[in-house]
Amino acid sequence: MQEIRNYTMNFGPQHPAAHGVLRLVMEMDGETIVRADPHVGLLHRGTEKLAESKPFNQSIGYMDRLDYVSMMCNEHAYVKAIETLLGIEAPERAQYIRTMFDEITRILNHLMWIGSNALDLGAMAVFLYAFREREELMDVYEAVSGARMHATYYRPGGVYRDLPDHMSKYRESPWHKGNDLKRINSWREGSMLDYIEAFTNDFPSKVDEYEDLLTNNRIWKQRTVGIGVISPELAQQWGMTGAMLRGSGIAWDLRKKQPYAKYAEMDFDIPVGVNGDCYDRYLVRVEEMRQSNRIIQQCVKWLKANPGPVMLKNFKVSPPSREEMKEDMEALIHHFKLFTEGYCVPAGETYAAVEAPKGEFGCYLVSDGANKPFRVHLRAPGFAHLSSMDTIVRGHMLADVVAMIGTYDLVFGEVDR
Amino acid sequence: MSDPHPTSLAEQLAARFGDTLTISKVRNEVTAELAAADLIAVATALRDEPAFRFSELIDLCGLDYLGYGQTEWETDTAGGDGFSRGVEGQAMGRFDWAGRPRDHNEPRRFASVIQLLSIEHNRRLRLRVFCADDSLPVVPSLTLIWPGVNWFERETFDLYGIIFDGHPDLRRILTDYGFVGHPFRKDFPLIGNVEVRYDPEQKRVIYEPVSIEPRVLVPRTIRNDADLVQASAEAADKWREN
Repeated sequence: MQEIRNYTMNFGPQHPAAHGVLRLVMEMDGETIVRADPHVGLLHRGTEKLAESKPFNQSIGYMDRLDYVSMMCNEHAYVKAIETLLGIEAPERAQYIRTMFDEITRILNHLMWIGSNALDLGAMAVFLYAFREREELMDVYEAVSGARMHATYYRPGGVYRDLPDHMSKYRESPWHKGNDLKRINSWREGSMLDYIEAFTNDFPSKVDEYEDLLTNNRIWKQRTVGIGVISPELAQQWGMTGAMLRGSGIAWDLRKKQPYAKYAEMDFDIPVGVNGDCYDRYLVRVEEMRQSNRIIQQCVKWLKANPGPVMLKNFKVSPPSREEMKEDMEALIHHFKLFTEGYCVPAGETYAAVEAPKGEFGCYLVSDGANKPFRVHLRAPGFAHLSSMDTIVRGHMLADVVAMIGTYDLVFGEVDR
Repeated sequence: MSDPHPTSLAEQLAARFGDTLTISKVRNEVTAELAAADLIAVATALRDEPAFRFSELIDLCGLDYLGYGQTEWETDTAGGDGFSRGVEGQAMGRFDWAGRPRDHNEPRRFASVIQLLSIEHNRRLRLRVFCADDSLPVVPSLTLIWPGVNWFERETFDLYGIIFDGHPDLRRILTDYGFVGHPFRKDFPLIGNVEVRYDPEQKRVIYEPVSIEPRVLVPRTIRNDADLVQASAEAADKWREN
């Protein structure tokens, strides 16, 4: 009789479907997986240790680089933890801005996810369409912070600055001219809020386009229906949150259950799945994009009607304006102290969590009263999700691992930290 | 995180576990400290009993209390002799691998901190377990209660060297293959120990001692004055307009 042996196969870290630097060591029985051992940490930068060596504000930029497709949500958790320990609260307008940008970030993230997940499973076109809308939202990031991704826009006590009253326009070039130029600049005539409003009016039809490509697509369903089924019990045992948990039918969303910023005032629904497979999680995320769109519309409406301060006027945590600095010695001193030593945060500990696009992103912050954190621990949703890989893919085919990596919505910036 | 019925959770815990837990409640966040020996029994009860039902373990991380409250800048005295307030500090940015502080006897240096979430009751709870022995910190593993803690415990072992007794697969997870030391300990230098590069002559990747110098740009300062209170009072006072 022929002897049959299991093979050990290496997948990644340089593999287009590895979403960055995942290395998987798999024991295979033919095409079937007997054991999967993910090796992570190839992108470990020691963010938490670096944060311990710097004044509080100087680490906000590191948060963008954790989950680098949902930048502002990471900032939100960190800033929220600092604000809790300081006992301060951002002005109302800043909270609306944060809510709006959290949702813009959610759409950005889900667009990236839908594009790359479809690409992994063989559908090229979705990626191109998703990036078309992603580009429009990146422009919003750029308009408000100057950076397309790593914004460092949220600060303890509010946001860095108010929303700009104009959007930058495309200039005439060999690629954009005449009526084409007029069309792409038509949204950009008014303020940034006008631009976002135009985007949100248009976006549902764009989500319909993605759904046309995927929802009833036979190949898409063959690759996702019944694949990677996660029962509600299993999801809880493995510390799953976000769409991974909702896909299994548990209506858990921090925006509803433990509201922060202005989510308590927003009208939106939480989509849940039924079967807990990759297809249900796909449907949940697509619906989340539509719900995010609704929240953004509500925020735009409020922000248009209610101007006001976006930063606390507390010069121990927020800088004075340039005008004040030129006239007032106190302001100059405050500015100098804030940007060199920073502020001291009262001793204590807190855990602040936000509903990031991938799940619960938490920041456990311990302060001993100094101007630098004593310990920052960042709870990344992807880390908890990926740890369940071995349990879930056992008995699946090799190709289903790729579907599973896609449905986890992994970004190694946050898994490896 | 806001807790809809915070007092009741602290009270319930006190009633159920008595002296086993040391409970504190700050800003609606309940923290319970317990001994490593009680951890498994308490965790099982917290997961299973209908009053608690902490079905999810959200997070587990390590903590190294070495140097807690240490500063590098004198703030109590403001002498007329200029910039003499710098104090000899031992923050991790100030030493290299050879000069790392070695003889310290902080009592109860290492702790493992666990964040629990009850989806049914919409509540959170933080558990803190101190390790009895600093030279060999050991905490029982929770993998049989919440399997999802597996990687969090591996991470804590990797970064802090806390050993989780009963863990099925306690390997390093985030650091490089063959890494030496536990990098998040406060006596591990910020610049690290070795650096890695490709050597064209040997045609392979080689490890060398780090070539950068340790340095700190901003000293660690603790100010106990009422800065924040004062600043908000100033803002309310509208003294600028006077």
